[in-house]
Amino acid sequence: MKLRELFREGRFVVTSEVGPPKGTDVTEMLANAELLRPWVDGLNITDQQSSVMRLGSLAAAHLLKERGIEPIYQLTCRDRNRIALQSDLLSAWALGIENVLCLTGDYVSLGDHPEAKPVFDLDSVSLLATAKRLNEGYDLAGNELVGKPDFCLGAVVTPGANPLEMQLIKMERKIAAGAEFFQTQAIYEPEKFARFMAEAKELKRPVIAGIILLKSAGMARFMNKNVAGVHVPEPLIEEMERAKDRVAKSIELAARLIREIRPLCQGVHIMPIGWERHVPAVLEEAGLARRR
Amino acid sequence: MLVSERKPLEEILGLLEREGRRRLFILGCNGCAAASGTGGEPEVLELKEELERAGKEVVGWKVLDFLCQKGLIRAGLRPYEKELAAAEAVLAATCGIGVQAVAAVLEEPVYPACNTISLGGVRGEWPGAERCLECGQCFLGLTAGICPLTACTKQLVNGPCGGAKEGRCEFEPDARPCGWELIYERLKKQGRLDLLRKSPPIFKDHAKMQPPKRLRQTTRWAVELEEVARR
Repeated sequence: MKLRELFREGRFVVTSEVGPPKGTDVTEMLANAELLRPWVDGLNITDQQSSVMRLGSLAAAHLLKERGIEPIYQLTCRDRNRIALQSDLLSAWALGIENVLCLTGDYVSLGDHPEAKPVFDLDSVSLLATAKRLNEGYDLAGNELVGKPDFCLGAVVTPGANPLEMQLIKMERKIAAGAEFFQTQAIYEPEKFARFMAEAKELKRPVIAGIILLKSAGMARFMNKNVAGVHVPEPLIEEMERAKDRVAKSIELAARLIREIRPLCQGVHIMPIGWERHVPAVLEEAGLARRR
Repeated sequence: MLVSERKPLEEILGLLEREGRRRLFILGCNGCAAASGTGGEPEVLELKEELERAGKEVVGWKVLDFLCQKGLIRAGLRPYEKELAAAEAVLAATCGIGVQAVAAVLEEPVYPACNTISLGGVRGEWPGAERCLECGQCFLGLTAGICPLTACTKQLVNGPCGGAKEGRCEFEPDARPCGWELIYERLKKQGRLDLLRKSPPIFKDHAKMQPPKRLRQTTRWAVELEEVARR
């Protein structure tokens, strides 16, 4: 099922994500996916997130699809050139994967193989254009495909970026290249997000707001210092710091945030970062019912 | 030296016409570009004639030694302030480093007339911050004279990634600014953001990153290879 159909029905889309393991044991990844399944419309499969070598997102997406869980296959330009990217996209379609999130990818130095060759033959914009071209039945060289995919293509945007204008320009270019929906970097400031959405609304593409569960004040400070486009305001950090029950507070903060931004956007994407077991409580408290 | 070749006239005209530039100032370089047969006086005059035939007005031209040295550019262009003020664009017939150095000095939008295709011997005539990858498909006309291949760690040509924090690159935040933020700032200052906004997706051509056969068949190439072999 393509996310585009849910947007068309006017549904408020809920997605989350699972990360493939370092190794071949997929037990935990599948358990997390099963835990999230009743609550979400689809699950992103990260592509060697933060440049850490892992089991591939294509295989993991296939394992989910096999179990009837809708995967949103993340594909980055860091490790593959245009030949491999096109080939993986064709493979994905052959395995029943219908939603693809096209990303540039982190630089290799952020991960556990900093000596690796960074590829970046394509980037998020040209990858979207490439996938769209495959959808149209041709490869980048202009050769006609025997059987073509029909992917629903997604991209990312950072509402908290500075300068925001450059983000909006890139968002516009991603749409022109083929992006049908957007997922955002983590949001903690509803007012800032509202300002972004006021500008982005004109671009007429569904936006799924990113939510990272805040596990501690320390994590918030770390993200403020190190993660691009993420800013946790000080009052929120203090609230977390004062909390006796960190888990309960984290759930409360995330649910409150979702309720506040819900009227502004077309969906939410929860990034649990290890706290998958608390996602159902967040969604329940935010008033988002089980999907099935 | 940096070996360059002229961009086809249609490509130069395309770059200029996309932003409606008619009145031009042409810059040549007596260093590597003159030796490459792309930026010496005869080539600059030829380019001038081609552009005039295509309906452009050339309000001035100058061949300097050398366009990789910003001090020389400043001094050499001092007598041409009036012409530069009248020009809507500066066309630099030189290597990627020369175009970037000129763009760093002048307020006017600067366009490359050449592609840099190979590096023989030292990089440029003078030390400077600009870097050229000899990619054979110079992007500087689209990026306000800042090279996206050398200023961006990921060598992105379609805009910044999401990794920069406070204008610093995720690779080495303490040492590297985000190249695309520099490009954005300069395009904004020149009122040229539409160049970015309206651009179709750009694909790099890695086939052009190898020195062309034409160049490898020249005597100079043979001399350079001979020298390397003797080392």
